[in-house]
Amino acid sequence: MISVLIFSALTLVLLGVIAAIMLYFAAKKFKVYEDPRIDQVEALLAGANCGGCGFPGCRGFAEALVKADKIEDMNCPPAGNDTMKKIAELLGHTVKVSDPMIAVVRCNGTPANRPETSIYQGASNCKIKHSLYRGETECSYGCLGEGDCVAACKFDAIYMDPSTRLPVIIEEKCVACGACVKACPRSIIEMRKKGPKSRRIYVSCVNCDKGAVAKKACSVACISCGKCVKVCPHDAITIENNLAYIDFNKCKLCRKCVEECPTNAIVELNFPPRKKAEESESAVEKN
Amino acid sequence: MLKTFSKGGVHPAENKLSANSPIEILNIPEVVFIPVNQHLGAPAEIIVQKGDKVKVGTLIAKQTGYISANIHSSVSGTVQKIDDVPDTSGYNRKAVIIQVEGDEWETNIDRTDKLVTEIPYTSTEIIQKISESGIVGLGGATFPTHVKLSIPDGKKAEILIINGVECEPYLTADHRLMLEKTHEILVGTKILMKALNVSRAAIGIENNKPDAIKKFKSIIKDYPSIEIVPLKVKYPQGAEKQLIKAIINREVPSGKLPIEIGAVVQNVGTAYAVYEAIQKNKPLIERVVTVTGKKVLKPSNLMVRIGTPIKNLIGYVGGLPEDGAKIVNGGPMMGKAINSLDVPVTKGTSGIVVIPQKEAERSEVLNCIRCAKCVSVCPMGLEPYLLMTYGEKQMWTEAENDKVMDCIECGSCSFICPAYRPLLDYIRLSKTTVGKIIRSRKL
Repeated sequence: MISVLIFSALTLVLLGVIAAIMLYFAAKKFKVYEDPRIDQVEALLAGANCGGCGFPGCRGFAEALVKADKIEDMNCPPAGNDTMKKIAELLGHTVKVSDPMIAVVRCNGTPANRPETSIYQGASNCKIKHSLYRGETECSYGCLGEGDCVAACKFDAIYMDPSTRLPVIIEEKCVACGACVKACPRSIIEMRKKGPKSRRIYVSCVNCDKGAVAKKACSVACISCGKCVKVCPHDAITIENNLAYIDFNKCKLCRKCVEECPTNAIVELNFPPRKKAEESESAVEKN
Repeated sequence: MLKTFSKGGVHPAENKLSANSPIEILNIPEVVFIPVNQHLGAPAEIIVQKGDKVKVGTLIAKQTGYISANIHSSVSGTVQKIDDVPDTSGYNRKAVIIQVEGDEWETNIDRTDKLVTEIPYTSTEIIQKISESGIVGLGGATFPTHVKLSIPDGKKAEILIINGVECEPYLTADHRLMLEKTHEILVGTKILMKALNVSRAAIGIENNKPDAIKKFKSIIKDYPSIEIVPLKVKYPQGAEKQLIKAIINREVPSGKLPIEIGAVVQNVGTAYAVYEAIQKNKPLIERVVTVTGKKVLKPSNLMVRIGTPIKNLIGYVGGLPEDGAKIVNGGPMMGKAINSLDVPVTKGTSGIVVIPQKEAERSEVLNCIRCAKCVSVCPMGLEPYLLMTYGEKQMWTEAENDKVMDCIECGSCSFICPAYRPLLDYIRLSKTTVGKIIRSRKL
């Protein structure tokens, strides 16, 4: 009886030893070296897997960062500059301080500004609507309002405003990953510099039709009159394809173009109210 | 037992309201808008300038590249300007705008009604002439006919199938053409047979047009190699692959063209246009358009010059009915709604259907109940509910593996769905996206 127990125990021990030896050699033979820095970098990243860096997920970006010779052009938008600096220190690289960016909706075609001429009852998807026809209004460039950008945002930073039927970006939540930019079939959303104190000036229109056609479709369309180009002291505005565009790297936020624009297509955000201008405007209204 | 295709299919209400209205000639409008991309493929290149005088039949835009088609002036007059004009989808497209003056034709066009049966041309001459005349598939797909007739090396055409099915509800343009231009269509078929070098041809006609079948059968003995095939009524029998299956019982392999199994399909309208181009020297400048609808005063079949604004057609049939909520360019199954009456008639406009409010409205989309009706009606044997989900979830690889590219966009799935799901909308999205992915892979 005892001998059976001893025999079984010994057999098990022997098997265990043989397996351990095999595993030891297998572990030696098939060892995969993984840079421990990948884990460290990944821990520092935002962990949102948003794709804003252009790599498949945070792990992919961490691997790419560790492998790269230079990481100056690589950026994790949700993590921000401080994190990138930490990563650079860890990896012994330098990083450029990149300006914080934010998504901007370049359409102001509210139902009041852009009257509807047809009814759409098809699938609630901007891409499908875009491929079918120009949309409910006369404008074939503006927002279709079906919310592909909202569906694409992983940070809940966009919602559709039911009164304007346009997407609204929540500044605090937007991390500038660029998912909405890719989702929009009409390229209305653009990544622009967030600007000091979140102050921004941009042309809130993407209509490339001639002035008269654009104006007929929407009262706040860019009619490419060129007044903003003339008034801009910094050469920041260009007109291409009947559409003005403000280069955010050149713009010094002087707001001259905003005042000059005859259709109010140029929008300023987060500026303090203008005292003088408002007074003179109200004076004009009184007259 | 009448022939038909085996897989799937639906039976929408026929509503062929204009079947007994003879083809009438619509007055020439004051101004025509002739877009340069009325066909599949590259847009034609405009060769006239503002102020140029043109006659009916003058070439105004030349084909660019192989898959493209010439465009001729459909009226005589002066080129007013070359400008962007909204097409049926509302997007701007380049068009030649011609101010009409009189009705002067190019002198080489034979305008008499005399039937010319002699075909003294070779295959290459015929294809060349068809290409010059700007003929495209008039069933609605507008694929350039000369490309379809040029058989690729190593392939051989065995049978020409003439499509007189007209399976779309409401439309009767092909039906009327078959009744009124029977001889011309048969001669056109002979010309196409000569171009393809085939000895057999079959004209497929659905059984809901007994008068057309009778008319063809009464004169078919003069054309021994052409056969008339009456078909059981079922949508979408007018689709190329379904028609081939119905007539010669062969299936076109997935992702391949009908020529793979030796068949070439042409519409009856195309056969008539080919007759006119070859025997009468007349380029494609007009076509038959059915203008119809339940509330339309006088549903009609009109011979319309290309470029005529749709409002002229609507005006002719008694104006837009009060309850005309949706105006569809094409048939109600595959056509697309238009959002302006200024849109011109193009080579692909087979009908204008005015649909009343109650029928035009889409019902609220409900959840899929997995009834598999869409699977049973799909004439291509696909699984539409699954393809729609792939489209919604952006699963393009799976969509490609499940043969989304085989979809012929007939809309049977959306038609039958008891939950009113927008199946075709999402399948189209998958198709365009997967198509782009496949093309980028080839580069």
